[in-house]
Amino acid sequence: MTGERGGSVMRLRGLVRKEFLQIVRDPSSIAIAFLMPIFLLVLFGYGVSLDADHVPLAVVAEAPSQDSADFTASLQGSHYFKPRILASMSEAELALREGEVDGIIRLRPDFSRRMRQADGAPIQVVVDGVDANTARLVMGYVEGAWGSWLAAKAAGNGQSLTTPVDLQPRIWFNSELRSRNYLVPGLVAIIMTLIGALLTALVMAREWERGTMEALMVTPVSMTEVLLGKLFAYFVLGTGGMLLTVGLSVWLFEVPLRGSFWVLWACSSLFLLAALGMGLTISTLARSQFVAGQVAIIATFLPAFLLSGFIFDIGSMPAPVQVVTHLIVARYFVTIVQTLFLAGDVWPVILPNAAALAVMAAIFLTITWRKSRKRLD
Amino acid sequence: MWQRILALVHKEFLALLKDPKSRMVLIVPPLIQLLVFGYAATFDLKEVPYAVYNEDRGAASRDLLAAFHGAPSFSQVAELHSEGEIAPLVDARNALVVLHIGPRFSADLLAGNPAPLQVIIDGRNSNTAMISLNYVRSVVDSFNNDWIAARGLQGPPARLEMRAWFNPNLDSRWYFIPGIIGMLTLVVTMLVTALTVAREREQGTFDQLLVTPLRLGEILIGKTVPGFVIGIVQATLILLVATLWFKVPLLGSLPAFYVGLALFLLSGVGAGLLISSLAATQQQGLLGAFLFMVPAVILSGFATPIANMPQAVQTLTLIDPLRYFLIILRKVFLEGAGFDVLYNQLWPMAVIGAVTLMLAGWLFRHRMY
Amino acid sequence: MTEDAILVAEALTKSFRVADRVTTALTGVSLSIRPGVVTGLIGPDGAGKTTFMRLAAGLLVPDAGRITVLGLHATRDALAVQAMLGYMPQRFGLYEDLTVQENLDLYADLQGVPRGEREARYAELMHMTGLAPFTRRLAGRLSGGMKQKLGLACTLIRAPRLLLLDEPTVGVDPVSRRELWAIIDRLVRSEGMSVLLSTAYLDEAERCAEVILLHEGKVLDHGPPSAMSERMMGRTWAVSMAGKRNRDLQADLDGQHDVVDALVQGDHVRLVTAGRALPESVTRQAGIAAREVAPRFEDGFIDLLRRRQGGTAHVAAMDGAAVPEGKSTDGVVIRVSGLRRRFGEFWAVDGVDFEIRRGEIFGLLGANGAGKTTTFRMLCGLLPASAGHLEVAGLDLRHAASAARARIGYMSQKFSLYGNLSVTQNLDFFASAYGLSGSLRKQRIDWAVTEFELAAFADQLSAELPLGYKQRLAMACALMHSPEILFLDEPTSGVDPLARREFWQRINALARQGVTVLVTTHFMEEAEYCDRLAIMALGRILAMDEPTVIKALARTAANPEPSMEDAFIHLVEDTAVAEAA
Repeated sequence: MTGERGGSVMRLRGLVRKEFLQIVRDPSSIAIAFLMPIFLLVLFGYGVSLDADHVPLAVVAEAPSQDSADFTASLQGSHYFKPRILASMSEAELALREGEVDGIIRLRPDFSRRMRQADGAPIQVVVDGVDANTARLVMGYVEGAWGSWLAAKAAGNGQSLTTPVDLQPRIWFNSELRSRNYLVPGLVAIIMTLIGALLTALVMAREWERGTMEALMVTPVSMTEVLLGKLFAYFVLGTGGMLLTVGLSVWLFEVPLRGSFWVLWACSSLFLLAALGMGLTISTLARSQFVAGQVAIIATFLPAFLLSGFIFDIGSMPAPVQVVTHLIVARYFVTIVQTLFLAGDVWPVILPNAAALAVMAAIFLTITWRKSRKRLD
Repeated sequence: MWQRILALVHKEFLALLKDPKSRMVLIVPPLIQLLVFGYAATFDLKEVPYAVYNEDRGAASRDLLAAFHGAPSFSQVAELHSEGEIAPLVDARNALVVLHIGPRFSADLLAGNPAPLQVIIDGRNSNTAMISLNYVRSVVDSFNNDWIAARGLQGPPARLEMRAWFNPNLDSRWYFIPGIIGMLTLVVTMLVTALTVAREREQGTFDQLLVTPLRLGEILIGKTVPGFVIGIVQATLILLVATLWFKVPLLGSLPAFYVGLALFLLSGVGAGLLISSLAATQQQGLLGAFLFMVPAVILSGFATPIANMPQAVQTLTLIDPLRYFLIILRKVFLEGAGFDVLYNQLWPMAVIGAVTLMLAGWLFRHRMY
Repeated sequence: MTEDAILVAEALTKSFRVADRVTTALTGVSLSIRPGVVTGLIGPDGAGKTTFMRLAAGLLVPDAGRITVLGLHATRDALAVQAMLGYMPQRFGLYEDLTVQENLDLYADLQGVPRGEREARYAELMHMTGLAPFTRRLAGRLSGGMKQKLGLACTLIRAPRLLLLDEPTVGVDPVSRRELWAIIDRLVRSEGMSVLLSTAYLDEAERCAEVILLHEGKVLDHGPPSAMSERMMGRTWAVSMAGKRNRDLQADLDGQHDVVDALVQGDHVRLVTAGRALPESVTRQAGIAAREVAPRFEDGFIDLLRRRQGGTAHVAAMDGAAVPEGKSTDGVVIRVSGLRRRFGEFWAVDGVDFEIRRGEIFGLLGANGAGKTTTFRMLCGLLPASAGHLEVAGLDLRHAASAARARIGYMSQKFSLYGNLSVTQNLDFFASAYGLSGSLRKQRIDWAVTEFELAAFADQLSAELPLGYKQRLAMACALMHSPEILFLDEPTSGVDPLARREFWQRINALARQGVTVLVTTHFMEEAEYCDRLAIMALGRILAMDEPTVIKALARTAANPEPSMEDAFIHLVEDTAVAEAA
C-alpha cells in the first residue's frame, strides 16, 4: 500500500470526475448553473426597478390663468411626470380611483390671486397612498418640480428666493440614485442562493433513491470523501454561474465594481460553500426527493427575497425580525456585494460578514457530515 | 360522475393531509412566514442613523441640529471633528446620513445669505437614500419656514399641501401585507400541485387512474379541487391574521376578494398542474415550479411597481396571474373596491386558468414518457 | 466446519421501525458459510435476505447477536470488512448517465486499484461479461441483463474474497440469467471466490452448493439442495386426465386432502403429495393417468412452507366474477394487427399481430426491452400506436368512452396503489373510480375483503403491507368492477411461491368464468399456466402457440424434454443469429 493518503486522493479524484461527468450528461444541471442565472438576471435586471419615470399625474386648474399654465408647463418639462390636464376634480378623482393616474395636482380658482398674498397660494397635491413608496417618490418629485419652478420664477423677476438654509445633498456611491445599482448586486446573491440550493438539494436524495449510495458505501470510500467530491464539483459549477452573473452585472447593467475583484471572488466562494451546504443539508436530512423539493421551495426563495436586505432594508425591520434575518445566508452576502460593488473594499463591512458566511458554511457542512453516516439505518 | 369526482377529491385530500407532517408543511410555514415577512417587508424608514460634523459655533447651527435631534425619525450616532472621519463612518454603514455644517453657517444665515448645509447620504440602497433625503428636506423646510416667519421675510408665492389618499400615513406595511397573501397562496398551490402528477407518474398510479372509467375532465377536477380548497383555507387564515394582527383595514367587499381568490387559485393550480404534467420526474417538477414562481413573484409588482419596468417586460407581466391578484388584493383591502373596478383583473385570470388547466388535462394522456 | 467458515452469524436479530410499527426482519439467525462455494440464500420477499446481506456488509447494526465476516467483526470493523468483500446490492448503483468504461474507472478509483493493473483487469472483466463491445455506451442504455453484468464487473474490479450478491437475477431475462450464472461459476472455480447469493427464483437453488432457506426472518433449512429434493422422493407425480383441461384438473386436485401442491406444467399437472402414495381422492377419479417424476427443489420448499402454515392450499372461489357474454360473436375479444410503436428512431414494437378469445389466458413472454410492456400499454390505451390496428372488446381504448374502460381491469408490475392510503381507503377509492355505488359497492368491497383475506390489514397503509398482500390488494382493486378483460403486467415478480400459486388459482378461476386474461411475465414457469403464449423479442413475436407446442420447438436429441426456458433461449438465440446474418 502506498499509504492511506494515496488511496484517498485516488478515490476523491474518481468521485470528482464522476460528478463532472454526471453534470455534463445531465443538461438540467448545466441549465440550472448557466441558463438560469442569465434568464433571471436579465429578467430581473430589467424588470426590477424602483425608479419611477413619467408618472401619470392629473392636473386640474380650476380657473386657468397665466400662473397655472406656467406651473403646469414646469411639470410637463420634467421627465418624471406625464401630466394629464383634466377639467374637474371629480374627473381626476375617478382617474385616480381607477389607477389611471398616481396623483392629482389641483390649482384652485383663486390660485393667481393668492399667489400675490403674503402666505402664498396653496397647491393641493393628492397622491395614491396604496403604494406608499411610490407615493413618497411622487411627493418628492413634485416637491422638486415646485422648488425649481419657484427658483425659475424668482430668477425671472430678478430677485433671489429666500432660502435661509440651502440643502446640498451629496449622495455617495450612487449619485444618480439609480435603483438598479443597488438591486443588481443583491440579485447576484439571490440568484446564487437559488442555484446553490437547487443544484444540491436533490443530489444526495437522488443517490439514495437510485440505490447508488448503497453501492458506494461498501467500497472503501468514506462519507467525507463522497461529500467532498460533490462539494468540489458543484462548487466549480457554482463559481462558473457566479462569474457569469457578476460579468453580466458589470457589462450589461453597467453597475460599477469599485471593490477588488479578488475580494469578491473570495467572498463569493465562502457564500457558495454556505449555499451548497444548505442544499446538501436539506438533501441529506430529507432523503426523499419529494420532501427535499418541498423544503427547498419553502426555505430558499422567499426568505432570501424578503429577509436578506436585497430589497427591504434590514435596518427598518423590527428587532425580532432583524434577529431572524441572521439565519438567512443571503443576508451576509447581500451586504458584502452591495458594498463591494458600490463602495469598495470596506473591511469593517466585509470582514464580519465574511466571518458569518464562514460560520454558516461550517454549520451546514458539519450537519451534513454528521448526518451522513455510512450506515443504512 | 359526481361520485367518481368526489372519490378522487377524497383520495387527493387523504394523500395530502393524512400524514401530520405534511399537514404541518401546508399550514405552519406560511403562517410563520406571514408573521416574519409582514414585519420585514417595509420601505418605511423608522430611524435614520446620522452623524454631525459641525464646524460652526453659532446659535443657528445649534438650533438646526436640535431640530434633527428632536425629529422622531432621526437618531444621532456620532459627533465628528474632522472631515477625514466621515468616509470610514459611512463606508462601514454606521451612519446613513452625515450633516456637515460649514464654519460660516450662522454668519451667512444672519446676513440673509443662503447658508449651505451639506448632507452626505449613503447611496448603496438607493431607496433608503431617497427616503432619508426626503426626511432631511422636511426638517430643513420646516426650519426655513420658522426662520422666515420669525423674521417676517417674504415667503414663497405658492406652497404645497400634500395628502395621500387611501393610506394617509403612508404605511407601506399596508401595501405589502395584502401582497404577501398573494405570494404565500401561490407558494402553497405550487407545493400542492407542482409535484403531484410527476410523483404519481413515478409511482405508476397515474396509469392506474387512466385505465379506470374516470374521464380526463374528472381527473383534472379531482387534482384541482384540493389545491383550490387548501388555497382558500390558507388565504382565509392569512386574511384573518392580516386584519386582526397587523390591523390592515379591509375596506372592500369580501365577495369580491373571494371571487378574485378563486380565479387566482384556478390559474395558480392550472400552472402548477401544467408544470407537473410536463415534468417526467419530480426534479423537473421542482425546477419548473421555481422557474414559474420566481419570475411570477418578481414581476407581479409586489415590491417594485410594474409601471417602472421596460415596455417589453410589462407585456410579459400580462401572463402573470399574481399581477392581477395583487391589484385586486390592494384595491379590495385599501381602496374598498367592488366588482365594478375589478372586472378587468378578473377575466385575465380566468383565461390563464382555463388555458393552463386544459393544457394540463390534455397532457395527462398525451405526454410521452 | 465453523473454524474455516468465511461468514458466521450468531443469533442475529434485526428489526425496523416504520412509523409506529415495528417489523422484525431477522430473529435469532445463526448460520455459517463455507468458503470456496456458492451458497444460496433463498426465500420470498420480506424473508430477510437483503437485511442479512446488509448486516454482513456492515451497513446495518444488528439489534442482537453478531456477524463475523472473514474473521472480522462485521459491525465493528465495517471499513476493514468492506475493503475485503464485494457486495452487489439488489439495485446496483450504476450511474446511468456514465458510460460502461466510466463506471469501471470510478469503481477502480474507489477500490484503489493501482493504475498499472487496470488494463489487464478491465480486459478480463469485459471479456468475461461480454461487455467489451459496449464500453462507450451509457450504462442507462444497457438492457437489464447487461446492467447486472456491469454491476458485477464493478463489484469484481478488485477481486474480493467474499462476494455478496443480492438478487442478481431479478428482472433479468433467461439468456442473461444463464450468462450471469456462468460468470459466477467461473469465479468460484478459477479464482476460488466464495459467493453468497440471494434469490427468489427457486430453480436457481439447484445451482448452489448449499442453500439456506429463509422465511419470515428465520432459517427454515440449511444444506445442499439435493438433500431437500431427496426428501421429496416418491412424492411427486405427473398427472393428466383424458378429456379434461389441465387447468380444470389442477383446480380439482388442489386443495384435496394430502395434496401439497398441484401445478399445470405443459401437457400434465405436476402433483406433490403428502405421503409416498397417490391419495385415494386422486386415484378414484376416472380416466386419470399418473406417473412418478423426479422431485425438484421447489417441491421441498413448498412442502416445508405448507407444513409450517398447516393445512393445504387456499381454494380461490372468485364467485361473482362471472361475466356476461361479450358482444363479439366469434368470441375474439382482443384483436391486434400490424401494431407498431416508435420511440425516436427505435421501433419498440415492430409489427405485432394476435387475437385473444374470450376466457383465454394469454401470456406475453420476453426479455426486458422485447416490447411486451409497450404492447401492453398500447392495449390499455395508455400509449398511442404509431401504426396498426388494435381493439379491445371491439374498441380502441385510447379513444373509447369512459364506459368502455369499465370493462377492463389493470394491474401493473409495481402494484400501483396509493401507498399512503390504507387498504380500505384504496378499495373505497377504486370502487368509486369504477363508478360502483350503493349496495353493489358495499357488496363488492365486502367481497374483496373476504376473498383476498384483507380484513386483518384493513387500516394499515398499503405501502407497509407485505409484498404478497400488496399484490392481493392490487388485484382486488383491479377486479372491483368485475371486468371482462384483465390486463396483468408481471403480476408475480418477487412474491413468494405460495402467494404465486394462490394468485394463479384466482386467475384460473376467473378464466373458467369467462374472464379473458392477458398477462406478461418473465417467469418461464408461469408461461406454462397460460392457454397460449407469444414470445417476443426486438418488438416482434417469435412464436405464438400453446406452451407444449412452443416447448417442442426446442426438442433435440440431446434434450428430449426441453423446459420453457430452453425453448425461450432457443428462440431468442435463433433470432439473434438470423439478425446477424
